[in-house]
Amino acid sequence: MTAPSERAAVARRAAARERESLSARLVEFLNQAPIHLALILISVIWLVPSVGLFITSLRERQDILTSGWWMAFVQGRFTLANYLRVLQPTGSSDTIGLNFINSLIITIPSTIMPVFFGAMAAYAFAWLKFRWRDTIFLVIVALLIVPLQMTFVPVLQLYNDPLAPLRALFGLGGIRLDLPKIQLTSSFVGLWLAHTAYGLPFAIYLLRSFFVGLPRDLFEAAKMDGSSEFGVFARIVLPLSVPALASLTIFQFLWVWNDLLVALIYAQSPSLQPLTVGLNNMLSTYGPEWDIVSAGAFITMVVPLIVFFSLQKYFVTGLLAGSVKT
Amino acid sequence: MTHARRNYAGWLFALPALLFILIWLVYPTLWTIRASFYTGIGFDLTRFIGLDNYTRLFTQDPYFFNSSTFPPTGTAVNNVIWLFVFTTLVIVLGLMIAVLAEKVRYEAIVKAVIFLPYAISATAAGIIWLFMYDPNIGLLNAILGALIPGWQPIAFTGDQHLATISMIVAAVWIQTGFTTVVTSAALKGIPTDIIEAARVDGASAWQIFSRIQVPMISSTITVLIVTMIIFVIKVFDLILIMGGTLGGPFGSARVIAFTQYLETFMNGHLGYGSAIAVIMMILVLPIILYNLRQFRREEALQ
Repeated sequence: MTAPSERAAVARRAAARERESLSARLVEFLNQAPIHLALILISVIWLVPSVGLFITSLRERQDILTSGWWMAFVQGRFTLANYLRVLQPTGSSDTIGLNFINSLIITIPSTIMPVFFGAMAAYAFAWLKFRWRDTIFLVIVALLIVPLQMTFVPVLQLYNDPLAPLRALFGLGGIRLDLPKIQLTSSFVGLWLAHTAYGLPFAIYLLRSFFVGLPRDLFEAAKMDGSSEFGVFARIVLPLSVPALASLTIFQFLWVWNDLLVALIYAQSPSLQPLTVGLNNMLSTYGPEWDIVSAGAFITMVVPLIVFFSLQKYFVTGLLAGSVKT
Repeated sequence: MTHARRNYAGWLFALPALLFILIWLVYPTLWTIRASFYTGIGFDLTRFIGLDNYTRLFTQDPYFFNSSTFPPTGTAVNNVIWLFVFTTLVIVLGLMIAVLAEKVRYEAIVKAVIFLPYAISATAAGIIWLFMYDPNIGLLNAILGALIPGWQPIAFTGDQHLATISMIVAAVWIQTGFTTVVTSAALKGIPTDIIEAARVDGASAWQIFSRIQVPMISSTITVLIVTMIIFVIKVFDLILIMGGTLGGPFGSARVIAFTQYLETFMNGHLGYGSAIAVIMMILVLPIILYNLRQFRREEALQ
């Protein structure tokens, strides 16, 4: 039991310490004030452009045309009409609602295929021995940054009549093949296959560097127990590589979702076009009609934003693992 | 397990991917190199013209390179402007933000805010900036109007002299998140005792930054510069969205990837477009060789 005076002294000393640390913190804060100011300014500059367009997408057309978006806070009039308008079919096929569905149809297979085939190939390059393995891998490393522009015309030509090479091949042997003429530019298949191929060099490169780091003993043990090569791949390698597979999946997904160029080339029919192409059409037909363009732009951004916020950890890992592809 | 069976398994695992790469990347690349020496109508590239496509590009195409004006203009010049202005800005800003953010508690929030534009499409980002630049209701003209008396609104993307730089600003806004996050990760890899020792010895914040931090992450900065150069050679979406199908007013904001698309798919000049694609390839070739050398060096170390 301590005397009251003693207790008061303890309290005084504690209060003094607190004041001291408080003032120390204040001094530190003031010393750092320029840093805080600079960072807050930069963050505001980075946020304001998106916020402005978002506010615009919630305003009435007349308000958008007659005053800046920052006036919306004064006017206090907000509406979802722009979103409803762009999502509804307007008779022509250029509706953002359809584009959204197309984006999903294009992106999902174009993500699964390169990740799966890429993982298989990466396993071969990391752990199996076959002829010319190292030479082929160097070609893949080189292909990582070859401009896709090098491929568009010949692939389009192939898509116009994909069975032509087969016909020609059998023609050499004197056999006439009556194969139907199909066009890959008028279906999603052409886009799926192109995106798969374009994503593969990066997928193989990224996953191989991860697979190489897995402990060899694990495979050897499983093979001793009579596991097949595919068994080892499916039951040991894939489950151990979930983090790498997750980052790759996110990157490939966003890459395809955000792509404009490849879709412009291979999705020539309006009924196939994804959101990016739909937005581009909207801009070129209506000019900047900000009420619908702003709503369309935000619908395009929703999926990447969800992916980013929910899977930020994998996103950054992938970014650091392979900053070769842009 | 026998050697033959291993060999066979390896091929089997790699085969699907290799077929894709062969049909969609290797064969087309060779086709395009060959096509760049030809001319013709549509896919029918039958007339061999040697290097004519290339010489025309540099001597007779004022949209690609016009040396009759001062300063010279055209796609090639725009790309050089992009290369220097854009690359410098993203690297310096990324470094600056990473270093500053490290000193505060809300670092993660700042980095997330800066990184957001990198996650969205260049299409949406282009629209966001078109809106910023709008002469009537855009924020930029409003701010300049409030600061400068008698300010006349400017259509930034509609002005021949401002279109390229306006697009570069939008690209900086998109890519700085990437350079910031990568730089920041590299900075965190520097052992803290080195920084502490310098501080005890009385080094100023600037000295720590310029003599310790920057030199210690120089290899990361090199990788970032290379990545940004690749970005510049390939930049396309922003030009189409912000400059329309002409590539800026009077085609004044074209870059090489845009001109390649325009000539090939809008003008139907497949041979000419192929030559432009080959030039893009030649531009990335030193980077490819550098990557291959780096890769072999790393493999040799393991």
